[in-house]
Amino acid sequence: MISAPDVVAFTKEDEYEEEPYNEPALPEEYSVPLFPFASQGANPWSKLSGAKFSRDFILISEFSEQVGPQPLLTIPNDTKVFGTFDLNYFSLRIMSVDYQASFVGHPPGSAYPKLNFVEDSKVVLGDSKEGAFAYVHHLTLYDLEARGFVRPFCMAYISADQHKIMQQFQELSAEFSKASECLKTGNRKAFAGELEKKLKDLDYTRTVLHMETEIQKKANDKGFYSSQAIEKANELASVEKSIIEHQDLLKQIRSYPRRKSKGSDLCSRETEYTQDRPSQAATTSDPEESADTDRYTCRPAYTPKLIKAKSTKCFDKKLKTLEELCDTDYFTQTLAQLSHIERMFRGDLCYLLTSQIDRALLKQQHVTNFLFEDFAEADDRAVVRQESAPAEPSQDRPPSRSLEKCPIPQVLISMGSYRSSVESVLIKMEQELGDEEYKEVEGTESGSFDPQDNLDCLDMDMKGSISSGESIEVLGTEKATSVLSKSDSLGSLTVPLSPQVVRSKAVSHRTISEDSIEVLSTCPSEALIPDDFKASYPSAINEEESYADDGKGAIHFQVGTSPPEPGEAEEGSVENTPLQTDASCCIGKETGGPQVPLSSPALTLSDEEGVVSTPPQRSRQKDQGFHVDFAMENSNLSSRDHSSEGFPAYELDPSHLLASQDDSKTSLDDYSDSTSCVSSVASTSSDRMPSSAHPTGPSSERHKKRAGQNALKFIRQYPFAHPAIYSLLSGRTLVVLGEEEAMVRKLVTALSIFVPNYGCCAKPVKHWVSSPLHISDFQKWKLIGLQRAVSPAGTGALHALSRYSRYTSVLDLDRKTLRCPLYRGTLVPRLADRRTHIRRGSTYYMHVQSVLAQLCAKAFLYTFCHHLHLPTRGREAEAAAASRQASFLQLSLGLVNEDVKVVQYLAELLRLHYTQEHPGAIQPTLRFDYVPSFLYKI
Amino acid sequence: MLRWLIGGGREPQGLAEKSPLQTIGEEQTQNPYTELLVLKAHHDIVRFLVQLDDYRFASAGDDGIVVVWNAQTGEKLLELNGHTQKITAIITLPSLEACEEKNQLILTASADRTVIISLNPEPSEIAMVTKGPCLAVLRRLDVWLSGGNDLCMWNRKLDLLCKTSHLSDTGISALIEIPKNCVVAAVGKELIIFRLVAPTEGSLGWDILEVKRLLDHQDNILSLVNVNGKLIVYLFIYYVKFCTYIHDLCLDLSFVTGSHVGELIIWDILDWTVQACEHNFWDPSPQLDTQQEIKLCQKPNDVSIHHFTWDEENIFVAVGRGLYVYNLQMKRVIACQKTAHDSSVLHVAKLPNRQLISCSEDGSVRIWELREKQQLAAEPVPTGVYLCSERVNKQASHPVKKQQENAILFSLELIGDLIGHSSSVEMFLYFEDHGLVTCSADHLIILWKNGERESGLRSLKLFQKLEENGDLYLAV
Repeated sequence: MISAPDVVAFTKEDEYEEEPYNEPALPEEYSVPLFPFASQGANPWSKLSGAKFSRDFILISEFSEQVGPQPLLTIPNDTKVFGTFDLNYFSLRIMSVDYQASFVGHPPGSAYPKLNFVEDSKVVLGDSKEGAFAYVHHLTLYDLEARGFVRPFCMAYISADQHKIMQQFQELSAEFSKASECLKTGNRKAFAGELEKKLKDLDYTRTVLHMETEIQKKANDKGFYSSQAIEKANELASVEKSIIEHQDLLKQIRSYPRRKSKGSDLCSRETEYTQDRPSQAATTSDPEESADTDRYTCRPAYTPKLIKAKSTKCFDKKLKTLEELCDTDYFTQTLAQLSHIERMFRGDLCYLLTSQIDRALLKQQHVTNFLFEDFAEADDRAVVRQESAPAEPSQDRPPSRSLEKCPIPQVLISMGSYRSSVESVLIKMEQELGDEEYKEVEGTESGSFDPQDNLDCLDMDMKGSISSGESIEVLGTEKATSVLSKSDSLGSLTVPLSPQVVRSKAVSHRTISEDSIEVLSTCPSEALIPDDFKASYPSAINEEESYADDGKGAIHFQVGTSPPEPGEAEEGSVENTPLQTDASCCIGKETGGPQVPLSSPALTLSDEEGVVSTPPQRSRQKDQGFHVDFAMENSNLSSRDHSSEGFPAYELDPSHLLASQDDSKTSLDDYSDSTSCVSSVASTSSDRMPSSAHPTGPSSERHKKRAGQNALKFIRQYPFAHPAIYSLLSGRTLVVLGEEEAMVRKLVTALSIFVPNYGCCAKPVKHWVSSPLHISDFQKWKLIGLQRAVSPAGTGALHALSRYSRYTSVLDLDRKTLRCPLYRGTLVPRLADRRTHIRRGSTYYMHVQSVLAQLCAKAFLYTFCHHLHLPTRGREAEAAAASRQASFLQLSLGLVNEDVKVVQYLAELLRLHYTQEHPGAIQPTLRFDYVPSFLYKI
Repeated sequence: MLRWLIGGGREPQGLAEKSPLQTIGEEQTQNPYTELLVLKAHHDIVRFLVQLDDYRFASAGDDGIVVVWNAQTGEKLLELNGHTQKITAIITLPSLEACEEKNQLILTASADRTVIISLNPEPSEIAMVTKGPCLAVLRRLDVWLSGGNDLCMWNRKLDLLCKTSHLSDTGISALIEIPKNCVVAAVGKELIIFRLVAPTEGSLGWDILEVKRLLDHQDNILSLVNVNGKLIVYLFIYYVKFCTYIHDLCLDLSFVTGSHVGELIIWDILDWTVQACEHNFWDPSPQLDTQQEIKLCQKPNDVSIHHFTWDEENIFVAVGRGLYVYNLQMKRVIACQKTAHDSSVLHVAKLPNRQLISCSEDGSVRIWELREKQQLAAEPVPTGVYLCSERVNKQASHPVKKQQENAILFSLELIGDLIGHSSSVEMFLYFEDHGLVTCSADHLIILWKNGERESGLRSLKLFQKLEENGDLYLAV
């Protein structure tokens, strides 16, 4: 319903300011944050980098003890996706930033090797040469045959868009944690099984050795031991030791902290087991007993093997595959989760953000949003997030920023993260986790720093480092505290972050590693070459060009190509605050940093400095100035795109974006409504890009677009569209009668955008019916496509229709007539203007949504205004309440004639929805009026 | 004996009545039912509705299922399966008025067995060995009777108290309680009145004595309705309609029977003699010579009395497709609607506000209002409204006849119709607070509600919930 943010975010503000906006400002929590990068008047679509892959993908790599880092698989498993991208090289990179120490061995004071349940580490890594940025999730799996019993793995979400990774860090982290948890659970299970097998082997070996020793003893009781006997005894001893060790390992793996596996429903099976009998299972060495006591080892009779005395640690043995390491079904589950992640984050960052904002705002409207919103796909994601939510606290991770989880006021905070730029993710998390502690630290260590400034600085610094081509690492782990001091450039960043604050809390109940959230961006020194840089950021440069004459005096294209001395920037950032902001501003302007319109402190600072003389006002105007410029930019880009290599065409292609982004609520087409050139670009580029590369199901986006288009057509074609739409809005069932199924279905789909929902389930729309209708159908469906047939059944259907005529409006497609009550309101004409200038389906769809949102707001007011419905003092005549209602509807809400009925109907639905204990349990009653119908003809 | 014959040759405008079905347009301002709820649970004809308390009712039908509903929300509370055959009678014990007793029983009868369902505390079923399609309850004695080929008397604990000898092969088709511990059983064309004897000092056991046999109907009697102190018998050809109790009828010392050949007979309840007979709609005598009437008479259904109801003054009779209002004081029909429906009217009920509701085989329910109007002698009888008091029995020189000319006259005005069912509406139940429940041969039950009132109630509920959640802020 709230499609407005999509529009607003990319609209020039000065367009808006021309309109006299005297209405009181929205409460803060309802205000729509502007697109974070819009301050530079930037193209909201992803920066185009020289990535060698066509779209985001997930890579799973392993640090093999035999061959080193190697890629295992990608999701989607399609070579077209990653193209010429060097997976091996990238695997090396991502595996080399694993800062978690998975320490296995004999810790001092312990007799036996100790397993550590290591937390995953999450790292963001950038490689500007490759044009690849990655969220990397390291995890460790256990393997009995591996060195130290561990095998390091990582899963990486690789994208060409750095902002995307940074902005979606929380979400990525949550999703990948689920996948990782699933893998690890399966792995623990497999590892336990493996250990038990091994124990049986050892036990068997011991028995055999024991027997042999006995035989030998008997054979020579001469009083001295042969060397052979001694060897046997040694061997026996080592087997004994090995048994104890393995038992201990088994005990450890089984005593895996239950709280850690709690909450992850993927692993629920495992939790049962740990609950069952951890102690007993751990102590059993008797193969029989363990076999029937432990569900894990209930595998068909395992025949123990004799184990050779010398364990073979040679490199020619084949290491287990990932699938073998984890249980097969856990592995497939993980793959499913990963492809879910891939789908979830597919598409442009801008879409992800707006759809997230959209959803977050919608969630706030939980009282009314069910009416016209399409929850089919939104729910899908919501469910996923809610699943992730309970898992979080048990993992000792900073609480998730998950929008759905936040109570309403907090949404503002999460909005802040959108508003601020990429790297602010870091701070964001701290903010929510640390609360007071964070503030304290901030107060002491960063002095008069405003958090917002911090965000900016941080962001600028990051930008600076990237553009400078220096290899800079930002490390947030406690492991990395030593590193921190080295990387001066990030002093300012890390001080407010103050990892210790967070970690000191967590460290008490961690074995070794902590959550490490690390930001690492590496740029090979070749990136210093301006041309290279230029090639990898063509759009950024392009933006500067297109705005060069836009009054932004201090900013020149040259700034972008020859970045300020990295050292300078770094120095500044360490030394003091003003300098920092100064530098950050410079870089921010140049690279498209987050000159957030709301962050006036930063702006004023920059003003004072005079380095960049950008009045805040001006930059604000830029924020929303996208709408106009987009077309131009696109055409620019499209002209450029032939020259620039590695330019991913899909990023330009609106339709492509659409197709690849199921989740987004908006469509690019809307913004390019007036520009025909875009569509031509779209068509050409889609020609170039085979659509097969993006296999997408029937996307709801396309569906909406088509529905909107057909609705537009209907409105233009039929003069009696208004009463028909009024019927739908007022809850009177509209029957679309026709012979041709396709026609009827099309129109039903189109009109379904006007049908209010009962609840969060599917809309009450029946696309095609050929049997006679019953009264219960009218209760259930509000829009029905009915077959007109010549058969007796058909006449029966028509007869039934005329019988129930008081409950229905009938739109006869064949005769082009409509029989329905009179409509004289003003609402529907606004909703469905015959002479509307909207030409695109999806635009119209959004128009409808926003008008309906307004309508819902009215219905909400009407429903929840206490004085309207309850007697104000004591006993009051019913008539008085009725007249109050009527005057409220007419005067306050400005409804005339039949519009009142629409609002009343919606209010009924709201009441029902609100009072229902179990949504969807009770069907709403069929409400109707005894009003005469009229026959409309063309 | 008084006998009125209605619809004779003196009918003033026979031709004008050719299509007399009164219709009402879409605009029905007086029709309060603007909301409906379709209740689905049965998979065969739903024939009976019985009110359990203020908000609950039970439905039963040919599928042998008894379903208990919440009349407010339309929620299905219970579904009870005990019968393998059609349910032929349903009755509650104790009935509505004696609800102080916790353990309310629902008795259902069918050809296979009688089932007693206890609603409190837990719904449970007790199957009975007795067979027989009809039931009656004597609350004063706290016993109930089941009728089949014989008549059995049971107490609440389900002990067989007494049993008559074999009555007839056809069996008792209807059974009703009348005062003085008597019951009337309809056996074939006969009405047999039994007296139940409770154990006293003299006699130790229960007993059932046959008091009188009445043989005045021309056809089989299949159903009876009783009132406290009065008995009304009505006949229906195919099955037992229902049994119910109503207290406040002041028709003293008489009871009324109707048969499917159009006879309405008022019986004196004390000596079981015919007090008055309204042989109203069909008379085989040659006087009925207009074509219209002959046509009408071809189907016995058109003139049979399907149902009637009453209040202090009037008896409302559903005859064929028409509705008649018979005034007990004046002893004549004061208003009628000859073709109130397209086909037979199956059930009528009187609402407190002078409204009458009728349902019919045509699947519609109509709401009528009995309106007074001053009829001048010269004024022609308006279409569709039929006032007839044509023939007075010779034996009775009734004073009413004299007054007739300037009496206050009534008409039945159609004020609304409820269209929902796709098949014959078998019965309906009126709840003061929750509207109207109709059941039909299309297996559905529809709850008709006053939309405005429901809307207000929902609004109240909403604010209650808001208050519970602590979200309600009252403006200062």
